[in-house]
Amino acid sequence: MDLTLTRGRTVALLVVAVAIIVLPLVWPGLEGAFTGTDDVASQAIEAARPGYTRWTTPFWEPPSKEVESTLFALQAAIGAGILGYVLGRRHGSRRRDDDRR
Amino acid sequence: MHIMEGFLPMGHAIGWTIAATPFVVGGTIALRRTLKERPEARLTLAAASAFTFILSALKLPSVTGSCSHPTGTGLGAMTFGPAVMAPVGLIVLLFQGLLLAHGGLTTLGANVFSMAIAGPWVGWAAWRMATGAGLPIAVAVFLGAALADLSTYVVTSLQLALAFPDPTSGIAGSFVKFAGIFAVTQVPLAIAEGLLTVVVAAALVGRGGDAGHGFAPLSGGR
Repeated sequence: MDLTLTRGRTVALLVVAVAIIVLPLVWPGLEGAFTGTDDVASQAIEAARPGYTRWTTPFWEPPSKEVESTLFALQAAIGAGILGYVLGRRHGSRRRDDDRR
Repeated sequence: MHIMEGFLPMGHAIGWTIAATPFVVGGTIALRRTLKERPEARLTLAAASAFTFILSALKLPSVTGSCSHPTGTGLGAMTFGPAVMAPVGLIVLLFQGLLLAHGGLTTLGANVFSMAIAGPWVGWAAWRMATGAGLPIAVAVFLGAALADLSTYVVTSLQLALAFPDPTSGIAGSFVKFAGIFAVTQVPLAIAEGLLTVVVAAALVGRGGDAGHGFAPLSGGR
């Protein structure tokens, strides 16, 4: 397994990935409320099955969008912290290997 | 891909829970065995799990004018095999189901099946086929990650189609409708996830075939 990327390629891949995400927001004429697909699907179910009532509800919901966004940010932050730690260690150990050579 | 709490009829909720359970149990056993045999893989496993934690928290805009989130399960599936992603995905989905009212307990089985089982297995199979066909490793990683992401949403669409077949066009018609909501939205996001995964995989394993750092199926053995 050998997966190495030049710095230029790394930057190019990241730029394209960001562009794909940003493009829908700035694309002229693209209308949309950018609601979550989970909600869109739930609405589609209710539209297709007018009699359907959800038979359970979550026993706890974030009281507001603000609290919800905090929890999502927390989830991403935990992940980013761990990923950054591991990448940093890898980077450091590779550096030391290089120095020894 | 989260099917909201209460939005699957009880029979389907139970059925998907039963279907997902052996994968979670088997994945947990595989996970313990991996950590026992290769303790040095612990950090890579933590990084792959963290990647899923990050990506599934990001709800991103797409060309359909709605938002969806990537899954991040392909990286771990390619590194450790698809089985271990079942318990990892379960933890993510429990976090979101209990704290964020995203998904839920009755739909947990169905959501685990799409994101933590179907996605990783499809991504892993695509990656194996791509490397077997002699494609460059970066292309194979891209395909594995992007298809793990996309297939998750295809399975979600199928789950909803089975539960709510269209009165006139049946399950197939209903699948087209739900795939229009989920899978189409997911195409650009899956491509972006594929590109990002190539960068992260390169940073994780770096140069040389360091077996202890993962991507084990390529370096022989598990």
